[in-house]
This record gives sequence, structure tokens and C-alpha cells, in this order.
Amino acid sequence: MKKKLVIVGNGMAPGRMLEHLFELAPDLYDVTIFNAEPRVNYNRLMLSPVLSGEKTYEDIITHGDDWYLANGVTLHKGSKVEAIDRVARTVAAADGTVAHYDKLVIATGSVPFVIPVLGHQLPGVVTYRDLDDVEKMLAAATPDAKAVVIGGGLLGLEAAAGLKMRGMDVTVVHLMSTLMERQLDPPAAHLLEQEFEKRGIKIRTKSNTHSILGESKVMGLKLEDGTELPCSIVVMAVGIRPSTALAKASDITVNRGIMVDDQMRTNDPDIFALGECAEHRGVVYGLVAPLYEMARTIAEVLVEKPAAYGGSVMSTKLKVTGVDLYSGGDFAEAQDREEIVLRDASRGVYKRLVIKDNKIIGVVLYGETSDGPWFFDKLKKGEDVSKDRDMLIFGQAYAGGPPLDPTAAVAALPPDAEICGCNGICKSKITDAISEKGLTSIDDVRAHTKASASCGSCTGLVEKLLVLSLGEKYQANAVQPMCKCTDLGHGDVRRLIVAKQIKSIPQLMQELEWKTSCGCAKCRPALNYYLIAEWPGEYEDDNQSRFINERVHANIQKDGTYSVVPRMWGGMTSAAELRAIADVADKFQIPAVKVTGGQRIDLLGVKKEDLPAVWSDLNAAGMVSGAAYAKGLRTVKTCVGSEWCRFGTQDSTGLGIKLEKFMWGSWTPAKVKLAVSGCPRNCAEATCKDIGVICVDSGYDIHFAGAAGLDIKGTELLCHVDTEDAAIEVIAALTQLYREQGHYLERIYKWAKRVGLESIKTNIVENVEKRRNYFARFTHAQTFLQVDPWAERVSGKHAHEFLPMRSFPMQIAAE
Amino acid sequence: MNWIDIGAVDDVPVRGSRVVTTTAGDIAIFKTADSRVFALWDKCPHKGGPLSQGIVHDDSVTCPLHNWVIGLEAGEVRGPDQGCARKVETRLEAGRILLPSHILGRKAA
Repeated sequence: MKKKLVIVGNGMAPGRMLEHLFELAPDLYDVTIFNAEPRVNYNRLMLSPVLSGEKTYEDIITHGDDWYLANGVTLHKGSKVEAIDRVARTVAAADGTVAHYDKLVIATGSVPFVIPVLGHQLPGVVTYRDLDDVEKMLAAATPDAKAVVIGGGLLGLEAAAGLKMRGMDVTVVHLMSTLMERQLDPPAAHLLEQEFEKRGIKIRTKSNTHSILGESKVMGLKLEDGTELPCSIVVMAVGIRPSTALAKASDITVNRGIMVDDQMRTNDPDIFALGECAEHRGVVYGLVAPLYEMARTIAEVLVEKPAAYGGSVMSTKLKVTGVDLYSGGDFAEAQDREEIVLRDASRGVYKRLVIKDNKIIGVVLYGETSDGPWFFDKLKKGEDVSKDRDMLIFGQAYAGGPPLDPTAAVAALPPDAEICGCNGICKSKITDAISEKGLTSIDDVRAHTKASASCGSCTGLVEKLLVLSLGEKYQANAVQPMCKCTDLGHGDVRRLIVAKQIKSIPQLMQELEWKTSCGCAKCRPALNYYLIAEWPGEYEDDNQSRFINERVHANIQKDGTYSVVPRMWGGMTSAAELRAIADVADKFQIPAVKVTGGQRIDLLGVKKEDLPAVWSDLNAAGMVSGAAYAKGLRTVKTCVGSEWCRFGTQDSTGLGIKLEKFMWGSWTPAKVKLAVSGCPRNCAEATCKDIGVICVDSGYDIHFAGAAGLDIKGTELLCHVDTEDAAIEVIAALTQLYREQGHYLERIYKWAKRVGLESIKTNIVENVEKRRNYFARFTHAQTFLQVDPWAERVSGKHAHEFLPMRSFPMQIAAE
Repeated sequence: MNWIDIGAVDDVPVRGSRVVTTTAGDIAIFKTADSRVFALWDKCPHKGGPLSQGIVHDDSVTCPLHNWVIGLEAGEVRGPDQGCARKVETRLEAGRILLPSHILGRKAA
């Protein structure tokens, strides 16, 4: 006679278990299922597409009525088991059905946790667990209705996205500071938050629910900070709790869940627990993969095969259309772990592998997740990845590819080839120093030879010389650290400023574990810039972290005097301005007056204490700081264009003035120089500028990424536009992209080389919405930045900078 | 040694410096993040750059001209470069900074 197998619960785990069982031994058991829900087995994971309208209930049924029939399974729908008689070995349902068992599987799943705040019982408060919940939500989802989802975890976010797709106005309230904090690291969580906000879903992190408002139905939600969010539906998605009441009532051992051994047996050897109600080695699982592993184990145990469930490492995928996100394993930061990170900002891609003892222990993928299972497989198998490490992050497609030899070109250079142009250091001098003094790092080479210590453009070459000289012994950091105060590179620091919402330098040094108490002259100006760029209007500029020129708004000269350059918009000046400049030069006995390359006038040799008075006089004549000292917008050089020139096609001077008036005051990673030429003869030399415009008959060719300094480089054509307004929008958006992505002191051409021209074109030219967003952010930042620093200091700001603390002008004779 | 009051500790910005001018040249008064005060003649041993204009970090200052790093306590050049800026003794009394009178080119009254 067949043995009797009774299953309480008809979720996904028992469904999968039966599939395995019937495959192993189709005729061993008579199976009876009690299902409290009045339905057949459906794929609970696919509730989200049903909620969003991308699928219907019928689409997500895994086992229809015919499957039960075909396999001889008795299914009691809508029948809730209320008691287990372990002596008689029977179960009894509320509807009076009684069934005898030889083996019993409890798969009662879990119930959603409801926070017992005031108002939690009001109609309109729903959880997100089964099809009934989905139906309740859909009933409330009239367009323009408002919903609040409590919980920024997997379920909460899926619910939020689904409701949004149904046309609702959705806010997610999350207790922690980042979304899905158990599955994602902060950078990926940040990307996710951005994506949701882009879809119009409002996210409130670090928000605790105080109460749910309403008399007879939900009217709104009140947060601990007093904020009230009006809404007609509140979705609680704050977690699940194993359903253990039945087991408990039957004297089966229960902790958080029903306790099982590696064979998934409870303390009664004929009773198993499966799925979200089970607790194995102290862990209760809520994700599908472990439940399937458990299901297989029970099926094998039921047919008396040796089987054991050893616990699971979990991976997660968020099921929201258009959001690619994958995480698995352990990705917390710790001392003994290393990480490999790959970012592609323009595509919104973030990949991070956490590695310990040469094995992958954690994977977080955002934006591009196809390699997730491949990484996860290596993780589960504990594969040693040291051999493929260099290419690992690029995924399966690149695995095992031949590594390129990056040192070949440098090896071929003759010994006297100059490596560092700034300091005149040749190859042999560096290689000799490496071998004689036992140097092992870039910093060592900088310290001993000065190579790469000035402009840094030869760092890559020096690094290759280190590789060449030391071979395997040279351990280049995966990222070039910002400075000696940290192991983080510029990109990581910028990412973390955003991810961790860092808004001051001390906070940054604490949270990013700076190795020095207050940084150094390299990192502090960079950090100050990153914070200004990230938090316009919020971050308070740290004057002591600025290089002297930006601190006193003039250029220090070799003798400690300063030079002063007033703005001449688009290179235009007037008799009155020139007269005022002449008067200032006379009045303050300024020894040198020079015309600059950026079409303005430089007053050289001004004493520091005279600076405010000089500025005051220049201000009085209507002139403001030319920011000739700034990592910011410098000049917009122009030719006379169609106003005067017989070849001019457009008003290049006018456009230059408009650009300069729109963009002055902006801080950027490094200086930014513009030029506008009125025709392709290019008298303003626009094609070697950071950003250049060449006017043509049909409009404006916008160029960028030129250089005429340490390097000489012609610009790249970004795009062609028809109007001045379009030109200004593109240029400001481009500048903003650079402001957000550039590393401190990295000129536009270097930034463009690093991130790739294509990604810049995608962001600024092809994707109109992105361009508008960059433009809007630039414009917003400008509202805080367009204050003339000279006028501020004339009126007393930072007065201590310009005055000696005390003067002892005369030698006083001894008494 | 006689000492002359040149101003309050509060007059010097944290992680910053002020200058005291004398007939023999400027003296840079530095204040670190933890409010320690140091004084050096305002000349970098490299090319005479005004150290008072540099960025103060921990107990050192980076010269604004060529980024030499100078220790504030003794004026020694940090790192592989060689040299020393001249140190000026300081004394703190009740929130005031005092410098030796002979350094300031005058004797105490």
C-alpha cells in the first residue's frame, strides 16, 4: 500500500518538493495538500508583475488543477489545518476534513509583520504577501490616489514600483539610511534610490512611522519627525514572521521558526518543516533559492536517499522591470577583505566583488547583472579566483582571456628617454633609483627622484617602470589612492560622499577612515571641492582647505606678492575700465601690468594687505574677480565675430559674454577655459580649449577636451546645435557632468579620456533628459556661487587673511 | 628672556596662520587643528616661499610655492628634501601668544 504524505500549505516550496518527489518515486506516496488559500499553486515571486499589470494571475500559476489530477494529489482548497494529532497521526482542518499521514510536511510559510502603530487596523492598511493583498491594493489603485509603502526592502520596493505603474503617487518610508540594506551596499543602494526617484517614487530613508491617520479608513501616515503624508493606502512591507502556531500547538519545537535538522525533520521524525516557517541552524530563510534547496532535501529524504541541507548563501534579484540588481553573499566591508569594483557611470553600472582569501564571498551588481549567477557559482563553490583576478570583474565573456603586456612599450624606451618633463627625469635615473634605493612604490619614486611629483602626467609611465624593475613584487593598488591619507581613489571618495551623505570634511575623514588627523595639502582641497560640488547651498566652504590663491582670490607670486586679474567679459573692455585699472596701478604702485592669454589684464606685484583696497577700487568701476586663480571658470576668449569681422558667421563675442556671465563663479575639478570663434578660421583658438565653440553659418559646433598646456591636444567635436540657447545648455550640462565626475585637478581632456568620449556624448548629446538634468543642476549650483568674492572681502569677510596679526615696524633701541 | 604679547590664540584661524611683521622679516604664527600654536620665520628653506600662506595639516605646513612640507614644531623639512625653516620660540599665557622680545627687534621696556 502507498504511504500517506500530507502537506500543510501549498506555497512554492511544497510545490517544488512534490516535483522532485514525483521525479524520484512517482508511486511511493499518496499525497494530500491542505491549502488555506482558495487557490492552486502559484508563483508568489511573480506577484509584483501582477501588481504592476505586466502579468495576470493565470500567467503565474505553476500547478493548475490538471497537474494535481494527473499526479493523483488531493488538494483541499480553502481548508485550514487547525490541529495535528501526533499520536493518531492525523491532521484536522477547520472545515472538518481529517487526513491520516505517515509523513507530514508543515509548509505554513510566514505572515507579514504588521507594525502595531496607532491606526494599523484601519481599512486601507494592507500587507504584501498573497494574491488577496494584491487585489486589495489594486482596488485602491485609482490613478492619482496616494500610497505610502512602509519598508524599503525587496518586497516594499516591488510593491512601490507596481503601484506606481498603476498610476499611483507613491512614497516609500524606510527606517534605515539606505534601501535594501541587507542585500545591497550603500553605493548600489544609492543607484537604486536614484532610479526609483527618477520614476517619480519618493523615497524617505531614516524615517520612522509614528502612526497611521484616519477615522474610519486610512487618510495618511505620520512620521516620527511630525511630517504627515496624505494617502489612501498604506502597504506594510517590513518583514515576515514564520507561521508556527500550528506546530507550537502540536508540541513541535519552535524557536523563531520550526526547528529542523539537516534532513529538515522536526523533533518528530515523521514531521518535516519546509520553507519560510522552518528554522535551520538558527536561520529562517525568506528567499526562494534556499527554499528550493530545502524542498529537494525533503524529497530525497522521503524516498530514503541520503540527503542533507547545509544552509544557503543567498542571492537576491529585485523584480522591478528596468531595474537590474543582483546581490549575493557577504559584502560588508572589513579589514581582511578586498574588493574589485567596476563602474560605468554613464550606463549606471556598478559591480562589486568582495574577495577574501582569494575567494569571492560577496557580489553586488547594479545596472548589468547577467554575470550574477556566474559570480555566485564561484562564490558557492569557494573557487580560488587569484588566477583570473585581473579580468574577473569583466565577467564570463572575458574569463581566461590573455592578459595584455602593458610594459612592453616602456621596456623599449632607451635609458636616456625623458619620463618626467616637469623635473627633467630620464628613464635610467628612475630605474637606477628603484634598484639602488630599493624603491617599491610611486610615492618612493616621487620622493627620491621627483619624477611624477609635479603635474603627475607621467605617473602611468613611472608605474610601468616599477613593474618592469620589480616584476611581481610591485603591488600597484587597484585604484590610485588620492594621497597618503587614504587608500581610496578620487572616484571612491566622490561615490562615498554621495552614498554616505557626507557633508563635511571632518565627517568624511571619520567615515572614510582617513589615516591622518586632518588630511594633507593634497586631499583637503580636493575634498572641499567634492563637497561643494555635491551639496550646493548646503556645504559650508572650508577656507582653510583651499590653496592660498583661492583663499585670498588672487595669485601668489614667487616673492609672496599677488597678481590681480579683473573679469573682462568675453575679452571686451572699455575706456572707463582701462582708466580704472590705470588708476589702481598708479595708486598702489603696482609694478607690472600685463595682457594675459585669456584676453584680460593682469596687475602683478600687489602686496597682500593692499588686496582689499585694490578690489574695492576695481569693484567701484564695475569689475569683479576674474577668478584667474580658481579651479573654476576662468576666461571665455572670443573673436569679434559677425559684429565686425567680414568673415564672422555668428555673434561670437555676444555668445562668449553670455557664456561667461552664465558660468562665472562655478567651481570645477580643475580650471576651465572657453573660447568662441566666429568662423572656422578660429581666431579665438577654440580648438585647444577645455570647451570651444566654432560658429558656422548653420549654427554652432561645440568642441571640448582640448589642451594647450602640459599637453597639446586638439578638441573633440561634441555636437552641432542651431541656437545660442542650445549651445549654452550643452556647454553648461557638459561642465556639470565634468563637475560631478572629474577628479580634482583633472582637466577636461583627461577626464574625457578616462570616462570615454562616448559616455559623455551619450549623457549630453543623445539623452536629452539627462542633458536637461545636468543643466538644471548646474543652474541650481550657480544660484549659490555667483557672488563676487572681491566684493565680499571688501566688505570685511576673512579680514584676518589680509592683515598682519601685529606689526613691529621699527627697531626700538634698548634702554 | 623677555616676552611680548602679539595677540590672542583666537585671532589665528584653526588650521591656519597669521603673520607678525618685523624689521627682520615676517614671522608666521600657526595654529593646528588641536589648537597648538607654533611660530616660524615666514620663509621656506627651498625658495623663500611664505609658509604662512600654506595649508596647515596635522603638525606641518605645505609651502604654497612648491609644496615642500615643513614641520611646525622644529621647522624641519619633511620627506626626502633637505633643509630647515627657522623656528621662533612661543609661549602661551591665558589665551595670549607671546614671542621673545629680541626676535621682534626690541627690548622689553
